[in-house]
Amino acid sequence: MSARRRLSLGQRLVIAAPYLWIAAFFLAPMLLVAKISVSQSVLARPPYRPIFQFSDSLAELWAKALDFTLDSYRALVSDTLYLESYLSSLTIAAVATLITLIVAFPFALAMARAPERLRPILIGLAVAPFWTSFLIRVYAWIALLKDEGLINNALMAVGLISAPLQMYATPGAVVVGIVYSYLPFMLLPIYAALERQDESLREAAADLGASPAQVFLRVTLPLSRESVIAGSLLVFIPAVGEFVIPDLLGGSETLMIGRTLWNDFFSNHDWPAASAAAIALVALLMVPLLLWERARLKEEGGR
Amino acid sequence: MNAPLLSINNVSKKFGAVVALENVSLHVGAGEFFALLGPSGCGKTTLMRCIAGFESPDAGAIALNGADLSGVPPFRRPVNMMFQSYALFPHLDVFENIAFGLRRQGEAKDAIDARVDELLAMTQLSNHGRRRIDELSGGQKQRVALARALAPRPKMLLLDEPLGALDRKLREETQFQLKEIQRLTQTSFVIVTHDQDEALALADRIAVMRAGRVEQVAGPMEIYDRPATRFVAGFVGETNFIEGRVERNAARGPGAALVSELGRIPCEPGDLPEGAQATLSVRPERIGVAREGDGIAGFVENFVFRGETTLLRVRVAENVVLRAAAGHGERYAIGDSVRLSFPPGAGTLLKDGPSA
Repeated sequence: MSARRRLSLGQRLVIAAPYLWIAAFFLAPMLLVAKISVSQSVLARPPYRPIFQFSDSLAELWAKALDFTLDSYRALVSDTLYLESYLSSLTIAAVATLITLIVAFPFALAMARAPERLRPILIGLAVAPFWTSFLIRVYAWIALLKDEGLINNALMAVGLISAPLQMYATPGAVVVGIVYSYLPFMLLPIYAALERQDESLREAAADLGASPAQVFLRVTLPLSRESVIAGSLLVFIPAVGEFVIPDLLGGSETLMIGRTLWNDFFSNHDWPAASAAAIALVALLMVPLLLWERARLKEEGGR
Repeated sequence: MNAPLLSINNVSKKFGAVVALENVSLHVGAGEFFALLGPSGCGKTTLMRCIAGFESPDAGAIALNGADLSGVPPFRRPVNMMFQSYALFPHLDVFENIAFGLRRQGEAKDAIDARVDELLAMTQLSNHGRRRIDELSGGQKQRVALARALAPRPKMLLLDEPLGALDRKLREETQFQLKEIQRLTQTSFVIVTHDQDEALALADRIAVMRAGRVEQVAGPMEIYDRPATRFVAGFVGETNFIEGRVERNAARGPGAALVSELGRIPCEPGDLPEGAQATLSVRPERIGVAREGDGIAGFVENFVFRGETTLLRVRVAENVVLRAAAGHGERYAIGDSVRLSFPPGAGTLLKDGPSA
């Protein structure tokens, strides 16, 4: 790094803008949620205590602050429902991310190797589902997966099965929904990385005696590692907290933290419990992410 | 030359409507340093890619040691290529880049380590084995690329503009290294270049290519002194073209000559018939420059100091300017009157007339 320069006011403002944005629309709401998570649940409106007011005196503020409690966090640990929800969410998200990767990689490879003039069309097709509502697309899967849905009817019509398969309202349906919905988030970064790869690297590998399979394993795959990690995070993180897909496709048996949270918030009116669950989820996802980012920066710093 | 290592027979290749190679035939011997020289778009790179197996000829055949290479994929050809961009693997260090081909051959670990160390030493990279590729200078990358291509002991090494990315000073140094390494490894080198100096400096033999065809195959001296076509004469080195008519008999003066608007210039007519239209190619340094005496009169229009010589542009007729090199220490000024003379055998008579 070069020596520190004095920045003009304009430069400072430009640098400050994204930080201000994050502070106003991410950090502030996050702090509110954190505050609610250490509050106590009460039957009132809003359903928690304490509530700070501008008119409070210092003594009142102190008294109210003493009302803060970690009960909601204790409940997270003691109530197995939360633990089961977290575990189930992580498992479903991990399985879905892996399948998304397995589906997306060949797609990305085919797109990156397609003739140049076809590529914009292929990208357009890949993101085309985004032009319709996410909700409608997930609903459409109900029509496909349910007992008298398209897939079961078709399988019975050709005589492969005699009774409908239970697909709708299973964790498998949730995985299918996540893979389908998040595929472009995996596809696009991997495509971008593969498309950027210098063809002469693959030629050099082949020239040095690498068979097509070895070229893929020794050159193409390692050089797209970063994009695979990026795409996996883009799918995994929102999938863990996903609410709509498990709610529509998962049935009552499928536990995911997003639904548990929603139930706490809207059905049980236990805002502190829901907030604590949300904060724990953020921590759960942020910690590995920060560790990975730090390792990556360290590696780059070593260059 | 014994049975050639590489035989290229009547190879043609088209890309759509563009003819990249047209009926090319070449032979390269074992241990030979061979250059494919030509301007960009002449097909030299396509020919190299056909040898490496990245392109397949539409017609004709390429054989290595007598074995036809048609349909043999690049990874099964005992030919390695050094890419113009070097194409070093950025995710592997220097050592692993060089070891890549050896690992694909499934050699024992000890043998690989020894071979890589040997190549690191040969390319003066012994302390750089664990460096990342992006930590290397341009010259170091070039040497890693060379070492990587040599590591699996190919029968033939193809080099695509190997010095193109280096600056002038480094290029000259590297030319010597390349020649030395070629001599030490006894490997056939086929180099593709658009730089005539590079081809003349490095190669045992040169094929000059133009628009998909081979114009001439010969040693550097012959290419320079006895170009076969007007294109070769103009592309390799500097030259003057003087057009005229062949006069074979000695009726009007001693020996054969070219009769041009500059007068009779004595030269070797070869098999050109009496009265044929022809072009004489004369290198600037072969033209004698004097202040007085016999020869074609003219005046210095401009000059460029080149160090050992001074290149003069001499106007000898209203629309004819010849380039002539004056030796070191001879000083001329713009406007000086000079006499240009053509010693016997100074030029080469070319029959392809004024075209091209």
